[in-house]
Amino acid sequence: MKFFEYMAKEVFRRAGIPVPEGRVCCSPEEAEKACRELGPVAIKSQILAGARGKAGGIAFAHTPGEAREAAARLLGTELRGYRVERLLAEQKLTIEKELYLGIAVEGSARRPLLIASAHGGMDIEEVPERAIVRKPLDITWGMQPYVGRLVARRLGLDGPLARQFEDVALRLWGVFRHCDAELVEINPLAVVEAPGGVGPGGGRRLVAADARLSVDDEALYRQPDLPRVEEGTELERRVKSLGLSFVQLDGDIAVMANGAGITMATLDVLARYGGRPANFLDAGGGAAADLMSCAMEALLQTRPRVMLINIFGGITRCDEVARAIVRVKRDMGFSVPLVVRLVGTNEEQATRVLQEEGIAVLRHMEEAAARAVELARAGQRG
Amino acid sequence: MGILVDGATRVLVQGITGNQGAFHTRQMLDYGTRVVAGTSPGRGGREVHGVPVYDTVEEAVAGHGANASVIFVPAPFARDAAFEALEAGIKLLVMITEHIPVHDAMQVMAFASFRGATVVGPNTFGIISPGRTKLGIMPGGIYTPGPVGIAARSGTLSYEVAAALSAAGLGQSTVVGMGGDRVVGLSFVDLLELFSRDDETRVVVLVGEIGGTAEEEAAEYIRTMSKPVVAYLAGKSAPPGKRMGHAGAIIERGRGTFEGKVAALQQAGARVASLPWEVPQLVREALARS
Repeated sequence: MKFFEYMAKEVFRRAGIPVPEGRVCCSPEEAEKACRELGPVAIKSQILAGARGKAGGIAFAHTPGEAREAAARLLGTELRGYRVERLLAEQKLTIEKELYLGIAVEGSARRPLLIASAHGGMDIEEVPERAIVRKPLDITWGMQPYVGRLVARRLGLDGPLARQFEDVALRLWGVFRHCDAELVEINPLAVVEAPGGVGPGGGRRLVAADARLSVDDEALYRQPDLPRVEEGTELERRVKSLGLSFVQLDGDIAVMANGAGITMATLDVLARYGGRPANFLDAGGGAAADLMSCAMEALLQTRPRVMLINIFGGITRCDEVARAIVRVKRDMGFSVPLVVRLVGTNEEQATRVLQEEGIAVLRHMEEAAARAVELARAGQRG
Repeated sequence: MGILVDGATRVLVQGITGNQGAFHTRQMLDYGTRVVAGTSPGRGGREVHGVPVYDTVEEAVAGHGANASVIFVPAPFARDAAFEALEAGIKLLVMITEHIPVHDAMQVMAFASFRGATVVGPNTFGIISPGRTKLGIMPGGIYTPGPVGIAARSGTLSYEVAAALSAAGLGQSTVVGMGGDRVVGLSFVDLLELFSRDDETRVVVLVGEIGGTAEEEAAEYIRTMSKPVVAYLAGKSAPPGKRMGHAGAIIERGRGTFEGKVAALQQAGARVASLPWEVPQLVREALARS
């Protein structure tokens, strides 16, 4: 689950990471008020995607009137596929230098990886490899303070700034662990002039000018204190709340398969035959009958031309899938042609159950995909 | 021979009294797997399909010499179950459980490496050495013994490939599901190494998908191999996976795409099938050359 910047900053702030003072605004009036309280502000669109600056989603305002205008301009716009519903108005920083600091799960190494660079800000993905510091971390022993010092040194930081960097890195590790994060990121980690001149940083300090937090969906059950962010269409949210993996697409063949791999392969094969999938629905391994029927019902509501069910049952028992199909047929009827390919565990019982209902079962995925595409075309003509 | 398991592997089932645990214990016994014991905290003293149930792994290992464990324990308790098995000296863990938090998976891998144990999964269908033993949930009937080793990230898709190979008369030495999660115990590279050393395996099939860097790393290893490798990758037309953000992009550095993976594998000398049922023909050609 991705968090909006303002939510991530709140988590970071509570963990003791310095963030700019800011206000969440849902209206031009709120932005005006924020500027009156905070002075010159950066007004940042809150969407679940990066590269907002480049897309025109960040504005600066020196007066309350400017803040009001900027907010009026940004609110309600569509930015990188998201609608801007909230803004974050933050005290404008005078940034001397932009660093990058992130911790993510590195799958291939089976452990967290700290990534840092002295060249942060926009285009961090383009920064050459030699300008990036990578430090694998150990999930068991955690991050030790020396790692922060080591990385600070490699970034060319020294003195009080290096000590602040060590502190921020340790606190960021704390957020990563405590929140079951897949990703925590500060980009840019800004070096700013401290107001009032000589502070502990010799007048310079580090501030998290942006914050990104992505929490492992599988661990949300033990993160009751974190807010929830709903992403996706209403239908996607409904199907996902069943615990299934679902993405809406713009084709006309509804697809249900069991397992991410076979679902992807089903889309590939449909595409190969010139078909257009209406969705990606991975019913998962061991999906129970009532889950499957809920999923089928949801798919039918999207009014596809054809529904293709492609199951290779391992832990999933084909007879249960068959009974789920029969249940949907009896409860709401299939408004569109149904193509079922069902093999694997208990396939004989499954075939019997479906045949009794007059539903034909195909054995081969290629045949099923071709049939679905053919029916979709026939539906188009009719 | 095959890799990782053989007919002598003594299997423990953790979570044996659960719905899935009991069902697949039956299936494994029917396949000939030596399921010697099960655990289910609070239910020691019972039997499931004639298999004795214990409260702790320690008792099951002491009483029956179990050396591998198949874990069916629900996700919130799976880390604990894995630690218990590793602590009791189990050397091969097959974690069927899906939806395990990624931090838990990282902790399990760290502890397994400390204990010198091998973890398959999580979110895997398991391992099968056809005709000898299976530790997992795959439908046993689709496999036949033979010279093809299969390493797969995805379960059902590998069933598809295994069934197509069997139908074409191409049997398998061992089929391993690495697991579909971001953090899993065995990688393609680990399995390619094991298959390289296995006398019975003459060709290796990789069943991969978009995302991550496992296929690109496999490609590096394939360059050094003398055995032929055939691959099939899913996800050519898949909706874009959720990008984790900059750090994810920095880790992957342009890897992870379908085209990139196919190119890396082909440049390393692997043959890449564009549809699952093209795999048997490519395997046959590879066997004819080797």
